[in-house]
Amino acid sequence: MARTLINVPATAKRGEVVEIKALISHPMETGFRTGSDGALIPRDIIHRFACTYNGEEVFSADLFPAITANPFITFTTVAEESGEIALSWTDDQGNTQTETAKITVGQDPVE
Amino acid sequence: MTVRRSSLAAAVILLAGTALASDTDRRSGFDFMGPQTQAMQADDTANPGMLSVLDGEDLWNTPAGAANRSCADCHGDAATSMRGVATRYPSYDEKAKAPITLDQRILQCRADRQEAPPLAWESPDLLALSAYVAHQSRGLPVETGADPQLTPFIDQGRELFTQRQGQLDFSCADCHDANWGKRLGGAVIPQAHPTGYPIYRLEWQAMGSLQRRLRNCMAGVRAEPYGFGSPEHTELELFLMTRARGLPLETPGVRP
Ligand code: HEC
Ligand code: HEC
Repeated sequence: MARTLINVPATAKRGEVVEIKALISHPMETGFRTGSDGALIPRDIIHRFACTYNGEEVFSADLFPAITANPFITFTTVAEESGEIALSWTDDQGNTQTETAKITVGQDPVE
Repeated sequence: MTVRRSSLAAAVILLAGTALASDTDRRSGFDFMGPQTQAMQADDTANPGMLSVLDGEDLWNTPAGAANRSCADCHGDAATSMRGVATRYPSYDEKAKAPITLDQRILQCRADRQEAPPLAWESPDLLALSAYVAHQSRGLPVETGADPQLTPFIDQGRELFTQRQGQLDFSCADCHDANWGKRLGGAVIPQAHPTGYPIYRLEWQAMGSLQRRLRNCMAGVRAEPYGFGSPEHTELELFLMTRARGLPLETPGVRP
């Protein structure tokens, strides 16, 4: 499993816009580079990233070879209810990794 | 008269330019970076170097070698035992009768105490251990060079720093003492304080050691870079760390 740093606020007010950050260690090999033997290094990038909030997809992205190694993905969502935020991604080797975090949403809505 | 005065002014400017940045005007490479790159280093959940620090923490706790011992078995909690250690490297090694870098110190423990095969220079594992150990000193001022046994080696490092080299015939000092703050192509020339190493360099899209960084500068002036682990690298690092004394360590630094 790739080393990751996931940052989801532990608590939020109902209706609050929260920022979710994911830093994923991955070579993001473009498929355009050659190795020391002159042969093409096969492409290996994360090509799909998605986030679900209590099972419902709230963000997704298709990734392409121009994206740096160890990609850092941030986005926002609206905190509606307490529950689980799950981030998952799939690379060209077919590896899928999922990381989850709990969020507790207070009763008081944001004014 | 006018001619005299202006040539004197030129001489003064030249002197100010070639003098080592004074104590009050020493700046980390961090200060020359754009706000986005600074923000990336400052936030531990955005700093890609932290991935390596976390790998290092795992390695610290994993038994290795014929001795089947982990770093933690002997050194315990790194937050206490390794606090401040990186601020004193390179330091004098009694056996070698010469200074050794933090990486070399870690490799010594790996060979002698863990009886494990050596880790290659620039291997992710060595960078991770080094980043993890140095990270325990983040925010602490550099103290390298206090030991009087180091004096001849510091002098040797200064020599290397000021000697011209390569097809372009530049010394390190020509750029980092005389022209810091100016631009070389798209990059700002920093003062060359090695306070963030190992760093995550965006151009490399990876972690790298100070030696890798210095080899880039040597290749830049079309000089033959010193080999990894060579005494020249240790002496240059020793000189640079002594020159940076008092500046806080930043590991893991992010650099463009
Ligand atoms: C032609 C100018 C030039 C010369 C000569 C040169 N450098 Fe550099 N050096 C640079 C530039 C420019 C950078 C920053 C590169 C960047 O930001 O991408 C740099 C970066 C550095 C850094 C990184 C500082 C940090 O904040 O991490 C160190 C250390 C360094 N150089 C040391 C040296 C040493 C030692 C030598 C001599 C062997 C040397 N340089 C020779 C231009 C030079
Ligand atoms: C069997 C016990 C043992 C193991 C295992 C061990 N060390 Fe050490 N280490 C020592 C001892 C004893 C010293 C100090 C004495 C000396 O100079 O060797 C030391 C010194 C050091 C120092 C220098 C501290 C200073 O103040 O300068 C560093 C850094 C270090 N070890 C890192 C590591 C790392 C990283 C690992 C794991 C890869 C490791 N050690 C594994 C026993 C051990």
